[in-house]
Amino acid sequence: MQLDFGSLSGALPYLWKGFRYTVELTTISAAGGLFFGTLLALARLSSIKPLALAASAYVNLMRSVPLVLVIFWFFFLVPFALQWALGTERPPLVGAERTAIITFIMFEAAYFCEIMRAGIQSIPRGQVYAASALGLTYGQSMAHVVLPQAFRNMLPVLLTQTIILFQDTSLVYVISATDFVGAASKIAQRDSRLVEMYLFVAFVYFVLCYALSYAVKRLQLKIAIIR
Amino acid sequence: MAASVDVRNLEHSYGVQRVVRGLSFTLDQGAIGCLLGPSGCGKTTVLRCLAGFEPVQGGSIALAGREVSAPGRIVPPEARRIGMVFQDYALFPHLCVAANVGFAFGRRPSPDQHRRVAEMLSLVGLEGAARTYPHELSGGQQQRVALARALAPEPDLLLLDEPFSNLDVDLRERLSLEVRSIIKATGTTAILVTHDQHEAFAIADEIGIMHEGRIEQWDSPYDLYHQPTTRFIADFVGQGVFLRGIVAGPARVVTELGDLDTGAPLLAADGYAVDVLVRPDDIVHDDAAPWQAEVVAKAFRGADFLYTLVLPSGSRVLSLVPSHHNHALGEKIGIRLAIDHVVAFPAAS
Repeated sequence: MQLDFGSLSGALPYLWKGFRYTVELTTISAAGGLFFGTLLALARLSSIKPLALAASAYVNLMRSVPLVLVIFWFFFLVPFALQWALGTERPPLVGAERTAIITFIMFEAAYFCEIMRAGIQSIPRGQVYAASALGLTYGQSMAHVVLPQAFRNMLPVLLTQTIILFQDTSLVYVISATDFVGAASKIAQRDSRLVEMYLFVAFVYFVLCYALSYAVKRLQLKIAIIR
Repeated sequence: MAASVDVRNLEHSYGVQRVVRGLSFTLDQGAIGCLLGPSGCGKTTVLRCLAGFEPVQGGSIALAGREVSAPGRIVPPEARRIGMVFQDYALFPHLCVAANVGFAFGRRPSPDQHRRVAEMLSLVGLEGAARTYPHELSGGQQQRVALARALAPEPDLLLLDEPFSNLDVDLRERLSLEVRSIIKATGTTAILVTHDQHEAFAIADEIGIMHEGRIEQWDSPYDLYHQPTTRFIADFVGQGVFLRGIVAGPARVVTELGDLDTGAPLLAADGYAVDVLVRPDDIVHDDAAPWQAEVVAKAFRGADFLYTLVLPSGSRVLSLVPSHHNHALGEKIGIRLAIDHVVAFPAAS
């Protein structure tokens, strides 16, 4: 078989657009997932039983359903949910790209929740006692003492999860969102250059993920010394 | 003026286990009190009740005249104006020393609060360490940061939970004197919890000996040692043995090492058997003495020997003798009693 990467250069602007969406989707989902995941973790650890139960039901549901299905379901459900929430006459047009962002935030929240929960539990109770003896309320000691330390301790795991998220975002092609893989597969089909395109995409993913994993490993060693 | 700390008939249970049983004490403004007792006697629980970490099931706690704990009523720790030094220090590892000490002042301390942090650091002798992180400090330095952090917001009451147990013995002794002078310099009322009597003696003005959830005696270190009111305290505080004696008159006890004048009338009839507390420093080595005892064990302690002696009756006593009197095991040496405060309890059996 003859490989021909000639069509690649012409496709680069379109691939770049797809890649930018992949990065955008990853960073927004990671940030949003971390935010909601932390809230979920606090809920799971809450002494208010119904809250803890609801949070753990949500987390277990999300972690037990394949991501592709979640993407599908949200694609169909988000417009209706927004219609209900906003009280509009018809389901608003959200678009595959924005639906994907909402989906990934909700899905990643479940995983980040479990990481943050482990992080919070790794902080000795004495830290909270010390904070409250110094005049901080429970909420303040969470915000200024427990969460910063939990976040720092869990940073390598959070970043590793983000790298996995970076790879998982490629699944949005099932709802025809044009991410990096989506853009590549459109070009590949147009030019009948499937092998070259997918090789190129795989190469880019490999280089990025490998480099990031290596960086995380270095960071982990550094954090291990501080502790 | 109301006492700075007023604890009345405190009761606390973990489930069915009653840990604190009707404990009471008061402490004056600026005094350093200590709860001393063997592990498991409930002393840490009392401290946690004082801090507001544990609810109380009976009795009450008042700090600076304000009731903060009673059954069904608890002022949370953050509203008690307390400072606390924890056994493991519980410094915040993600913050530098200055941020730890100034933690109570929030993210944006005022110039006054900045000055207070600097003052506290110099008080504990860590001026140069403001920008270092807790893990870069030695145990003794961490301990001092913890003290500075607890004292910085000028608490009404400082609580110290076994603050020296993580330090080696040398440091413990030096630091406990240092900690006392730091606390005294700020005039803060403080309560220390420990199982180590040397620590308690070095720091506290008043000590409560805890036994089975109660305070058995609340006194100055000197009186605890010389005038224990119960057998448990006589046993727990300091070294010593009991020597059998017979009451022979209103203030007179006959022992095999001679007659003792108890100073005050005994509450026992003539002929009644009692156990007299004999400390190692109550037995003086004297070659001219009429009483002889055999050396059965000896421990060299630098300045002196701690001899274990057997009397003709078979009773054992301890004696502290200057170390130039080096006697061999089995040797008989002359001794006599030199007791200033005679402490006697009804004979055990």
